[in-house]
Amino acid sequence: MVENRPFLNLLSHLVLIVGVVIVAFPVYVAIIASTRGPNDFMSGIIPLLPGPHTLENYREVLFAGVSTSGAPPIGPMMLNSLVMALTIAIGKIAISLLSAFAIVYFRFPFRQLAFWAIFITLMLPVEVRIVPTFKVVADLHLLDSYAGLSIPLIASATATFLFRQFFLTVPDELAEAARVDGAGPMKFFRDILLPLSRTNIAALFVILFIYGWNQYLWPLMITTKPEYYTIVMAIKRMADVADAIPRWNVVMATVVLAMLPPVLVVVLMQRLFVKGLIESEK
Amino acid sequence: MSAINIRNVRKSYGSVEVIHGVSIDIADGEFIVIVGPSGCGKSTLLRMVAGLETITSGEIEIGGRVVNRLEPRERDIAMVFQNYALYPHMTVYDNMAYGLKIAGLSKADIKTRVAKAAEMLQLTPYLDRKPRALSGGQRQRVAMGRALVRDPAAFLLDEPLSNLDAKLRVQMRLEIKQLQRSVGTTALYVTHDQVEAMTLADRLVVMHDGVAEQIDTPMAVYSRPATTYVAGFIGSPAMNMLPAESAGNRGLTLTNGAVVKPRGTRLPEAGRKVILGVRPEHLVLVAPGNADLELDVIAIETLGADTLAHGKLPGAANGDGDLVARLPGSVSVKPGDRLPLAIGPGMAHLFDAGTGARLGEVDLTVDAPTTRTRKKTAAEA
Repeated sequence: MVENRPFLNLLSHLVLIVGVVIVAFPVYVAIIASTRGPNDFMSGIIPLLPGPHTLENYREVLFAGVSTSGAPPIGPMMLNSLVMALTIAIGKIAISLLSAFAIVYFRFPFRQLAFWAIFITLMLPVEVRIVPTFKVVADLHLLDSYAGLSIPLIASATATFLFRQFFLTVPDELAEAARVDGAGPMKFFRDILLPLSRTNIAALFVILFIYGWNQYLWPLMITTKPEYYTIVMAIKRMADVADAIPRWNVVMATVVLAMLPPVLVVVLMQRLFVKGLIESEK
Repeated sequence: MSAINIRNVRKSYGSVEVIHGVSIDIADGEFIVIVGPSGCGKSTLLRMVAGLETITSGEIEIGGRVVNRLEPRERDIAMVFQNYALYPHMTVYDNMAYGLKIAGLSKADIKTRVAKAAEMLQLTPYLDRKPRALSGGQRQRVAMGRALVRDPAAFLLDEPLSNLDAKLRVQMRLEIKQLQRSVGTTALYVTHDQVEAMTLADRLVVMHDGVAEQIDTPMAVYSRPATTYVAGFIGSPAMNMLPAESAGNRGLTLTNGAVVKPRGTRLPEAGRKVILGVRPEHLVLVAPGNADLELDVIAIETLGADTLAHGKLPGAANGDGDLVARLPGSVSVKPGDRLPLAIGPGMAHLFDAGTGARLGEVDLTVDAPTTRTRKKTAAEA
């Protein structure tokens, strides 16, 4: 703001700090809990200072697995999650880019129909169509496989719309100039449209990676073999033990590990992401 | 470098025909400017030549080859767009080289060609920059460079200067003209700006409502406009148009009853309804006795070298006898004056009141009457 009033500054800082604390506190608790021993939670009071068991906890979840809750080691599960999230994010971006390109730049019969068909899928998220989707995936023998984990989640109306809106803002003359220069449609797409969408792709990748990483219901439905479990499922399995106290230190260590890849993606992509917001390339 | 022949080309969008059969023969190396108001179909015509719009009927030939069904890249043309359409993520060098890369030229070949074009356009220091780091004029040059490197059969330019400020426009206008002269490539240039059209063109195509109303040299279009539309469009301020009726050899009866007998102009048969066109610069202030017509001054615009006197014929109904005269700046007139004016010899244009077509083609050649008079006087002397 243009005004410089100390009281307002103080107030706005206070609001921001309170906000940050509210968001950050659970994360802090998780990190602290993952450094404590197994008996520190018996009293029901959550400790707020770090303990000495950090390495031990993390070594256990990463390599040994938590036998009491039937969870395999975290390492392979993180890999599963990574494969799933990456396949979903990259697949969604590839398919949406191509379908948006088709819708914006080509005149073909039933173009409007195709557009509306994509639009309607917005109203059908996985949870709504989970039974028929499960049936299809089962009939295709894709249960317990990476393909089954990711392919049903790849179709994306949201990303298609985002790219469609972006392509509509690209001046027509650019496509025409490319045509005069002798570029065919796919060459135009690869040499001009794709580089121009770079920042959009980065932003979308962040969002979709997190979407894929956080999938819970779908992997739970279609995986029965532990080698295809994802990490988000594992957290739930660990916290849900029967006839025993959940081992919160181990659960929290898993939570912290599960948080890392999305954080990493956000941090790495942030520069491109922000660049895309502040600089208009037209 | 090659000739372009446009033969009876038509364009329809659904049932609406927007170009009604245009034919233009463009010689090799000629600079043709298509000028007209927005919506007259001039850009559509250019885009049909470029291959960006389909041709509903008729034929377009570039270098003796009918190109109706060819893709733009197969037509051997280069186009400069109004907003330049530079690829924003590529450097100036890559922008110019892109078409050549696709054409499959060798790296070394591309490099020499781009370097040569950059040299001609004084872009060499900017080759590594992105378009957004360039000024408007430089971007315009890059767009020209992109066309130039391909050494095409023809340049197609779609209002390339309209995004520049006035001063730069004048400068780039000259540069484009010189560039086209030096490379000798046929150019088809679309603009709505009549000054640009007049200064650039070898020949001018004046378009109106999807019809080429006149195709001729700029001077001929100015001095012998084929229709009232062309007459009003070319020249600033616009030509005065006075509805009149021929009174045979006595002259032309204007709407206010005055009779005008322009010198050096053959008059049509009595009773014919015509439009008398006189350019403001061809109205001369004379002694009251010698006046062809009179002007009641309503407003004055002082331009320094000239003074524009806006007004109307005495007693004319509103909007029916509006008249502008361009007088020397030294003349002092004020609103309310009644100016006695004469029409320069041979400077009157007559058009049919119904069709707007020019009348008396034979006698109305501008030079002919004056030269004839001059010859006569010489013979008499």
